[in-house]
Amino acid sequence: MLTRFFFMLREGGLKPSITELLTLLEALKAGVAGTSVDDFYFLSRSCLVKDETLFDRFDQVFAAHFHGIEDAFRALVTDVPEEWLRKQAELLLSDEERARIQALGGFEQLMEALRERLDEQRGRHEGGSKWIGTAGTSPFGAYGYNPEGVRIGQQGSRNRRAAKVWDRREYRNLDDQVELGTRNIKLALRKLRKFAREGAADQLDLDDTIDKTARNAGLLDIRMVPERHNAIKVLLCLDIGGSMDDHVRVCEEMFSAARSEFKHLEYFYFHNFVYESLWKDNRRRHAEKIPTSQITHKYGSDYKLVFVGDATMSPYEIVYPGGSVEHWNEEAGSVWIKRLLKTYPKAIWLNPEPRQRWDYTPSIKLTRELMDDRMFPLTVSGLDEGIRRLH
Amino acid sequence: MADKKFSGTSTYIATDDLMMAVNAAVTLQRPILVKGEPGTGKTQLAVEVATALGHPLFEWHIKSTTKAQQGLYDYDAVARLRDSQLGDDRVHDIANYIVRGKVWDAFESHVRPVLLIDEIDKADIEFPNDLLQELDRMEFFVYETKQLVKARHRPIIIITSNNEKELPDAFLRRCFFHYIRFPDKETMERIVGVHFPNLKKQLLREALEAFYRIREVPGLKKKPSTSELLDWIKLLLAEDIPPEALRSEDSRKSVPPMYGALLKNEQDVHLFEQLVFLDRRSRTQ
Repeated sequence: MLTRFFFMLREGGLKPSITELLTLLEALKAGVAGTSVDDFYFLSRSCLVKDETLFDRFDQVFAAHFHGIEDAFRALVTDVPEEWLRKQAELLLSDEERARIQALGGFEQLMEALRERLDEQRGRHEGGSKWIGTAGTSPFGAYGYNPEGVRIGQQGSRNRRAAKVWDRREYRNLDDQVELGTRNIKLALRKLRKFAREGAADQLDLDDTIDKTARNAGLLDIRMVPERHNAIKVLLCLDIGGSMDDHVRVCEEMFSAARSEFKHLEYFYFHNFVYESLWKDNRRRHAEKIPTSQITHKYGSDYKLVFVGDATMSPYEIVYPGGSVEHWNEEAGSVWIKRLLKTYPKAIWLNPEPRQRWDYTPSIKLTRELMDDRMFPLTVSGLDEGIRRLH
Repeated sequence: MADKKFSGTSTYIATDDLMMAVNAAVTLQRPILVKGEPGTGKTQLAVEVATALGHPLFEWHIKSTTKAQQGLYDYDAVARLRDSQLGDDRVHDIANYIVRGKVWDAFESHVRPVLLIDEIDKADIEFPNDLLQELDRMEFFVYETKQLVKARHRPIIIITSNNEKELPDAFLRRCFFHYIRFPDKETMERIVGVHFPNLKKQLLREALEAFYRIREVPGLKKKPSTSELLDWIKLLLAEDIPPEALRSEDSRKSVPPMYGALLKNEQDVHLFEQLVFLDRRSRTQ
């Protein structure tokens, strides 16, 4: 029974090892857990999951396995729509939205309708079609009004206390798909650090000197080392204005985190797509343009290139000369990005739009092709993935 | 070894899942790794486990410069060098210059000890890997004196982490894991209850109300934690602030008194004041 559970966990994207399973069995044998399901849940989680961002997944697999409900598991594997699980900030509704709730017959009715829709969706999910989540104007955008009232968990109506613990999915906020904070980004960016001792040996290595002197029976043996630097160099290009306005906060965080993390960080702005010039100061973007060719000359190919942009625009803006919405461009954006990529082979594109939407926007697809599929969502895990490609 | 079960103490409220994780670690004699928001009582847990089970506690606080070796022992080569130049006789026995670390101390304990390795993520990324063998076998070798140090009793090892660095898989696999979630209102009431048993019910209710309201303010850089709540209540009591002053319905005074104890950085205070101002304005309209 546990072997099946073990393999289901592995299928669900968790990576418990055999040692950990054996520990769990040992603990069960030692009688650490009583006979209740709750105890077993806590014990198995403590043994098998070592990362709180995976608790949510564990809860889902646990629920699926121990209620024998395959749906939940399938839903998990085919990507649970995070749109359901609403973020804190969105809880604050405007007066208009509240009025709209009233117009729909008040809060109670709305919740009733929501419950029905969720049930219906679960049915359809099996058929493989998803239909909640993308329509931003749906009145159900309002159900964040009281998240406590809505059970998104798979089996919320069970009245056994034990069922509730994992069905509540309290750890969903910790899923690394969700929020990017400055600190999170810094931690992610830190993986890009590569310390190297560069330059002249001009620092006294006290420890080594003492060590060598002592081993030398007291005869002084001075040791020097060069200073340690973070040797990584980053060129950051940020899309600004237009459709990016929705993503300003996350981009700001990304930017401020990157700024404090790297000594060699150069940043430039562009609008929608890169063309023959970029700029450094957004207020004076028309006055102080920097030719893109100058950038490729100035910064060597040891720089790593990171684009941040939603790549959401008309495809003409990418493939045709003169396609830019702001000015007449002699050469198409696709030509310019190819030039940049030729100079900077280590490049990624971070996209704040959720991954599910990428296939539906032609310009994103196009950009992704131009980037050789090196596009990643602007989330902590996306950043992680991207950084791995930069090494 | 008939172990007592850990079930919280008179000054520490442990949730069911925390008790389970601790008891599993105690029974199977494996380390337990505790993570959680700052101020949720990770370090305190070790102190309380030691008190509850009646074991001595050894604390090893990790800094960014700490090396795994320092927990085991240090060879003080400089002292030996000095002694050799002064012609001290001690210099001939290298054992005189071996300084014991916390892990060694814990291994030598005559009763089963609790060993706290605090904030392991502060150290170098390789630090946990360097301790694998020691934590697994509970023994290590002193090369200078060719001596094998073996634990008399396998200590209960409690390791805390603030998530600043990812810990290596090989290390994680050897530990039990527990994430201290931020307590819900009910648990929080019990926690405050054990710290301030004579607190008036009304003040407690109003304070918690105000506290969770502040935590829910979107965009705070650092949300106030349990330890900050306890400090704040201490202040409220010291200043003898009546519960009515905490109530937000009172539009003139909707900033909770002494909120400096809860919000620790300038931007947060600023953001909070702005929100309160907006709130007040919308109410007077």
